[in-house]
Amino acid sequence: MFAAGIFEPFEYQFFNNGLVVATLAGALCGLLGVFVVLRGMSYIGHGLSHAVFGGAAASAVMQLNYFVGAGIWGVASGVIIGRIARRKLIGADAAIGVVTTASFALGLALLNRYGQAKKSIEAVLFGSVLGVETADIIAVSAVSVLTAVIIFALYRHFLFATFDPEVAQTSGVKVAWIEALLMAMLSLTILVTMRVIGTLLISALLVIPASVARMTTNSFARMLWISPIIGAVSASLGMYLSYHLDTSASATIILVGTTMFIVVYAFTGLRGRSRIAHLHHV
Amino acid sequence: MTADVLVECAHITCAYDSTVAVHDAHVTLYRGDFVGIVGPSGSGKTTLLKAILGAVTPVEGHVTKKPGLRMGYVPQVESVDWNFPVTVLEVVAMTRTAGRFFPRITQDERDGAIDVLTRLGLGGLENRHIRELSGGQQQRVFVARALFHRPELLVLDEPTSGVDVRTRHEVLHLLADLHDEGMSIVLTTHDLNGLAAHLPRLVCMNTHVIADGPPLEVLNSDVLERTYGAPMEVLIHGGMPVVLDQGNTEVVRRLGGLA
Repeated sequence: MFAAGIFEPFEYQFFNNGLVVATLAGALCGLLGVFVVLRGMSYIGHGLSHAVFGGAAASAVMQLNYFVGAGIWGVASGVIIGRIARRKLIGADAAIGVVTTASFALGLALLNRYGQAKKSIEAVLFGSVLGVETADIIAVSAVSVLTAVIIFALYRHFLFATFDPEVAQTSGVKVAWIEALLMAMLSLTILVTMRVIGTLLISALLVIPASVARMTTNSFARMLWISPIIGAVSASLGMYLSYHLDTSASATIILVGTTMFIVVYAFTGLRGRSRIAHLHHV
Repeated sequence: MTADVLVECAHITCAYDSTVAVHDAHVTLYRGDFVGIVGPSGSGKTTLLKAILGAVTPVEGHVTKKPGLRMGYVPQVESVDWNFPVTVLEVVAMTRTAGRFFPRITQDERDGAIDVLTRLGLGGLENRHIRELSGGQQQRVFVARALFHRPELLVLDEPTSGVDVRTRHEVLHLLADLHDEGMSIVLTTHDLNGLAAHLPRLVCMNTHVIADGPPLEVLNSDVLERTYGAPMEVLIHGGMPVVLDQGNTEVVRRLGGLA
């Protein structure tokens, strides 16, 4: 371990590219994860990444641009989940299950039938943080800036609609629009980050940093900056360690996040545990 | 609509999918009113409240409001996620979304919120997490949030549901004080003796409106049986109606608890 020099990984452009994208992805997932965790939708990341897989498969088969095809598919799936969950006839978890597994199954069927793009689909499932292209850096940066600006600008609308949607609606907040916007941002985030950390591990970055942040503060505003910092630190530290340990970058990122969770859980004691216990779905 | 009418629900029918929650209800709220809407579970009380707020659109009839009417809504505290990471100040300020595009609570907003909180006996608690308050304080935080809007009409859904006797007294006194200061109030309640009997006007409903008037007029055996579908007896004690559930009275008598 650490046979290589401490600064050796930074000598490689592919590592630096991967580090930039992973750090941004960690911060972005950490920011949106606050809403995911507080709304009891922890499986949304897992589900939407499966839905985007369906879109990626369909766009590969139809020879459409990946970002366009999978993006439209993912945003549409997110909005449909939000609409179904709002009716309250079935819960958000069931809505996520129905929409995303159907989307995943359709993608799989398309691939079976037409048998194309096997390699890129594997990259979608497991991520390839060391194969980051300039387009990925631009895409993740653009979505990160867009998401931060939207959440900052509409902070109170997001807070009110998350804490008390019914009263927010009667107070003039367009809750349906806020939820659709959140779903669209989540879908775009998954779209631009899944080539880096893989669809199977995205949900962890959407849940772990926000859960750790929740144990450290009772303020929504503070959670919104603590969670992205934890996400960014997990991602960059995980990337760095994975180089020296010769392990999968995405798996190492998640393990670093999990270690932070365990440490904070142990140090915050009963109070922190009580807070996290109330997030039933985590 | 005359100048004193705040909201007029003109023969409204509200439905969720194929289930009718409110049928042909005609209720008018006037300036200075203090109205309790009573009825059993599923009687359409909350739906009528939501129609007044504009959160439910009637399938028949219409709701007319005084132009520019400001309403403050206090939901059932049982529906609140007490573990949500917000402080008392954040709860009160969150309603001011119009034209607010940044997270920071301005000094004006902070001063205004602290004024309202102090008036409701919550001074000094603005930086506390909402879970750290007593039941009565928690209820008052949500009243403070509604009052922060400076509403003309305060709308409360079951303000004493799930609270202890002391909290119920606190809430009743607070609402009476606000009414004395000129606030118009409409609320729903299950609590006939603890809350409804103290109000100047009651609307009894079971999908449709069965009676509308002062407690001494509408709280009688006939109206209550039509409203609740069960026999009830009404006694007058100290000039106020006291409702006895005859079903319970019979059980207690059988068990030897009554002479």
